[in-house]
Amino acid sequence: MTYENILRNLVNTDERFIVLTAENRAAIRNLPEEIKDKFIDVGISEQTMVGMAAGLAKRGRIPVCHALSAFLTMRAFEFIRTDIGIPGYPVKLVGAVAGFLSEANGPTHQALEDISLMRTIPGMNIFCPSDIEDMLIGLKQVLLDRNPWYIRYNNLLPPVNHEKDFHIGKAEIISVGYEINIITFGTLLRQAMEASEILNSKRRLTGVINLRTLKPIDEELILKTCTSSPLVITLEDHFLTGGLFSIVSEILVKNRVMANVFPISLKNKWFKPSLLNDAISYEGFDGENIAKIILAEFNKQVHSSVFF
Amino acid sequence: MNKSVDELKQISLKVREHIIRMSTNGGCFLGASLSCTDILVYLYHNYLNINKHLLDDPSRDYFFLSKGHDVPALYGTLAELGFIQKERLKNHLSVNDFIYWHPNVHIPGVEFHSGSLGHLLSVAIGVAKDIKMKKGNNRVVVVLGDGELNEGSVWEATLIAAAFKLDNLIVIIDRNQFQANVRTEELIPLEPLERKFEAFGWNYFTCDGHDFNYLDETFKKLPLNDGRPCVISADTIRGKGLPSIEQQADRWFCNFTHEEIKMLLSELHSQEISQLKSETLFVR
Repeated sequence: MTYENILRNLVNTDERFIVLTAENRAAIRNLPEEIKDKFIDVGISEQTMVGMAAGLAKRGRIPVCHALSAFLTMRAFEFIRTDIGIPGYPVKLVGAVAGFLSEANGPTHQALEDISLMRTIPGMNIFCPSDIEDMLIGLKQVLLDRNPWYIRYNNLLPPVNHEKDFHIGKAEIISVGYEINIITFGTLLRQAMEASEILNSKRRLTGVINLRTLKPIDEELILKTCTSSPLVITLEDHFLTGGLFSIVSEILVKNRVMANVFPISLKNKWFKPSLLNDAISYEGFDGENIAKIILAEFNKQVHSSVFF
Repeated sequence: MNKSVDELKQISLKVREHIIRMSTNGGCFLGASLSCTDILVYLYHNYLNINKHLLDDPSRDYFFLSKGHDVPALYGTLAELGFIQKERLKNHLSVNDFIYWHPNVHIPGVEFHSGSLGHLLSVAIGVAKDIKMKKGNNRVVVVLGDGELNEGSVWEATLIAAAFKLDNLIVIIDRNQFQANVRTEELIPLEPLERKFEAFGWNYFTCDGHDFNYLDETFKKLPLNDGRPCVISADTIRGKGLPSIEQQADRWFCNFTHEEIKMLLSELHSQEISQLKSETLFVR
């Protein structure tokens, strides 16, 4: 099963589905021939694509729209908010090369505020799979959901055999950590797993949580994790503002829970453009460096505290 | 059951009365509403296949008011047609109803909310494209403001509508020559519109947006089958019907006293200029 297969099957079996793109065809190269007039390419016009998706949704369609995340969520933001968000149409917005996935494109293409922006829209939901397998497991449920969704497209190879049971708003527990838990989503899952392996080898019991959907989010698991582990790390390829750390902070304050939560994110700057692994390492997001940061934080925050 | 020109004129007067009554107790965008009144009255009575029983019929014609601030003209038109009760217009700006400064789908007959300029041509393209895919014969009509043509998204959509050969799509530009504060040609000149739209692959027409015969002739000659969308630049007068505010740059958003409303209602019929004391409020 591929991303294209799932879309093609939906289009062929459910006449509501229609595929749109603002001339971003990387994920859907074979679809124009296969689904014919159910494939609409508007050219490099994100705003019109989103407005048009609203018009199609008004006629009962479920448009699945493709563009680079940076241009989809920012150039067309007001169209998403006003034409999709206000009526709550079930339009699906698929953003490519978000976070570190824009690699060497440079800051113009870096969507590091996409989650922050999308989650402010009432009724909008967010799916951030960690890789192709994780994405395909959840894709059909998300596409068939009757709400609008932003999907952070991800076609990396999976670093783990994923749990096949997918529920919107339920995270996947990769491993349980009694001292440290890394909560993450998307591309950085593999770095989180590498870091956790290093930490476990140093006898710091570390677990990893793959959130899958960020809105709705697995609030129950986040609360449980934050109240039971001495240190929680939020790891994200997103600006510190408005992303996972903000979401977790909001949950904790709302529930009046005090916890040791330490964010690893892009703090107020764009990343140095380069190939994926080089950019990740340069910015200090490789497993080894993350483990180092976490260990230092653990020693500072926890080891010296009343817990031990 | 088309209406005669005399009947349309009578209906337009009633719609204008509704609009004038909405320009107090908080006010409304009076000038822009009066400029598109005759266009809306013509469309709803003699052109569009829409009525209060067809609101969910997928074969109805679709009407989109993209320049949403002139919604009092639409409220008035819909009220005269029975989409909503006339009594309900008294709820203008009340928290207990949805009759506010921009269109919204809580009002039966309003197809899509607007207010942010440059959106509904894109939405209309989605609807027109779907109708084409389903081989429907219904038409999609969009009213844009001339000032609204400043928005880049309008031109993006204009290119795309031509590329998709949406000959079921009709745009009417309410060419009242004004944007919020100044004349369009003094700010960001739009002319020559004809050459612009023709270069974009559209059929271009002009007409007098207050002359029902002219409107009718123009709509009847739209090809609607040649693979090209149509645009009509309808020459209108901002504030039409009230000589005391016609083409006055500072009469955009108006909030008059009850006394002034009485004078304006009388001016609508007598065309005798009222002595208005209220200053125009600028809201934007």
